[in-house]
Amino acid sequence: MLLATLFESGVDIKHYMILATALFVIGVFGVLYRKNAIILLMCIELMLNAVNLLLVAFSTYFGQADGQLFVFFIMVVAAAEATVGLSILVLVYRNLRTTDIRLFNKLKN
Amino acid sequence: MLSKIILIVVLFAITLGIAAYLTLVERKVAAWLQDRIGPDRAGPWGILQPLADAGKMFFKEDFIPTNADKWLFILGPGIAMFTALLTGSVIPWGPDLELFGTKIPLQVADVNIGILFIMGIVSIGVYGIMIGGWASNNKYSLYGAIRASSQMISYELAMGISVITIVMMTGSLSIRDIVDQQHGFWQDGWFSWNVFKQPLAFLIFLVTALAECNRAPFDLPECESELIGGYHTEYGSMKLGFYLFAEYVNMFISSAVISALFFGGYNFPGMDAFSGNTLAILGTLVFFGKTFFFIFVFMWIRWTLPRFRYDQLMHLGWKKLIPISMINLLVTGVVIALTSGWFTKSPKSIETVPAAKKEVVREPKQLSMYNAKHEQ
Amino acid sequence: MIFWLLGGLTIGTALMVVLSKHPVRSVLFLVLTFFMITANYVLMNAQFIAIVNIIVYAGAIMVLFLFVLMLLNLNKTNEPKGSILMTFGAVIAAGGLLTVLVAAIRDAVLAPTMIDANSENAGLVENLGELLFTKYVLPFEVSSILFIAAMVGAVLLAKRDKQTQE
Repeated sequence: MLLATLFESGVDIKHYMILATALFVIGVFGVLYRKNAIILLMCIELMLNAVNLLLVAFSTYFGQADGQLFVFFIMVVAAAEATVGLSILVLVYRNLRTTDIRLFNKLKN
Repeated sequence: MLSKIILIVVLFAITLGIAAYLTLVERKVAAWLQDRIGPDRAGPWGILQPLADAGKMFFKEDFIPTNADKWLFILGPGIAMFTALLTGSVIPWGPDLELFGTKIPLQVADVNIGILFIMGIVSIGVYGIMIGGWASNNKYSLYGAIRASSQMISYELAMGISVITIVMMTGSLSIRDIVDQQHGFWQDGWFSWNVFKQPLAFLIFLVTALAECNRAPFDLPECESELIGGYHTEYGSMKLGFYLFAEYVNMFISSAVISALFFGGYNFPGMDAFSGNTLAILGTLVFFGKTFFFIFVFMWIRWTLPRFRYDQLMHLGWKKLIPISMINLLVTGVVIALTSGWFTKSPKSIETVPAAKKEVVREPKQLSMYNAKHEQ
Repeated sequence: MIFWLLGGLTIGTALMVVLSKHPVRSVLFLVLTFFMITANYVLMNAQFIAIVNIIVYAGAIMVLFLFVLMLLNLNKTNEPKGSILMTFGAVIAAGGLLTVLVAAIRDAVLAPTMIDANSENAGLVENLGELLFTKYVLPFEVSSILFIAAMVGAVLLAKRDKQTQE
């Protein structure tokens, strides 16, 4: 689909900004609401993806590829962070036998 | 538009028909290798055997175990079949056909990122097995599913890296471009098919394709269903039929991809003598011939070699195949850089991608020297 | 037209991720959300990012999440319940954030679009590759170090202690 027709056919860049913001806010709500640590990490991934969407939309709007390259690096960081986060979670699970984040303060003392 | 729809329907029908008859061909090939006759009761030479098998599968009771997640249970085989059939849409099945004045390319979708599309769909295929194992609510099928999926994701890496070497030599990700670069058989003083330019990548791709299809020496998930329980223990009737069928479709598509990437797709020696529709039909027949040859090779390997143990499998995938494919990538990169003059010319006078496409033929001599050294 | 449909589906599946009670279904809805976002990328002709999204996020990271979830063997009855106060707090905080951001966006003045004949190719692999290896080569090399650190960290953290077995 031609870019010009996408942005001429009534889809403004503001629509993409609002879509990305909505996804981000859903991620924030998930982080605050869910108590399962794995779902928490997944909502963080959702937030990162909302940012990716916005970056690609802007890179398309200005016709340059720099935004898409930055998306590439964000994916790299998200992959690394998901890996390390999950391995920490597995370690905590081995000790506490639960993934409820309210019980994670048992690590004190 | 209409031609695309007809092409999709024809492709779908051919894929399903071939996969159905592969069940019979497998048993006949197994019988031939084991010096006996295969099934021959259901019609002359057992031609109607797949219909009998399909009928049996339909008539069995279709149950869902208690406490199993109903939607996920139904979704598992669905995803397996969906991903298996979807890969067939980016493979070029033949040169352009000329009908009623319009050129019809025999490829459903020629995306710019063809090879990566196949890698992506293979990554999604892992979900079919994992969801099937989880939804069965059975400890043993869960372990079987986890083993199967970890096998599949381990071998995806080596597959991807060996595909990258082909893409580096071709300069494009589109499968049609990769096939068109292997035009004819003899080009500029060396064979034009990619297998002669990258034999190591071909071997690695063959091994990883076997592992991805859960086939041949890597069929630990399948044999588990005979021992304790694999991911399809709790499945019966048509859902099990879908899983088994999806495996045969995967095998067919993997053979098609191997013959397109490495063996020149629809190109054959002496193809410049034909043109137009004759070339298209001959090319398509040659492509199917190569695909069937590789299917036969898959089956031959299955009935000849014993299975791998799980830790041997993981050892092979991570500690052997990935380093070998990386070394192959490094050597290919260095050779391409040397022949494009990266280290001798000034940066302004070097073209990046087009030069790599033109001077591709120089490398094979050096690559074969590398392989001779590597065998020692 | 397609944009509205896709946008609605994306937000719908994202909401189901957060609101679903069953963790495995949450993961599958997130995979579906990634597919919707990939469809958005394809709509904008960012082909390489679209397929890399599928391969990396939906095909590898989510498989990792699903592995951990299945090995920890969680199901619906073990899902911890939150108090009603926390739920209200979360809704109010998220809603407040959404309101403020949307208000800020609506009043924003943007530079005019700069699409010319070449910009349709901005998402293709060749152009991304050229940029990656000329302008952004330093972050590229540093990200490989990041990957090694993450791999070593993950393997080291998840190993069982050898001392307890001796």
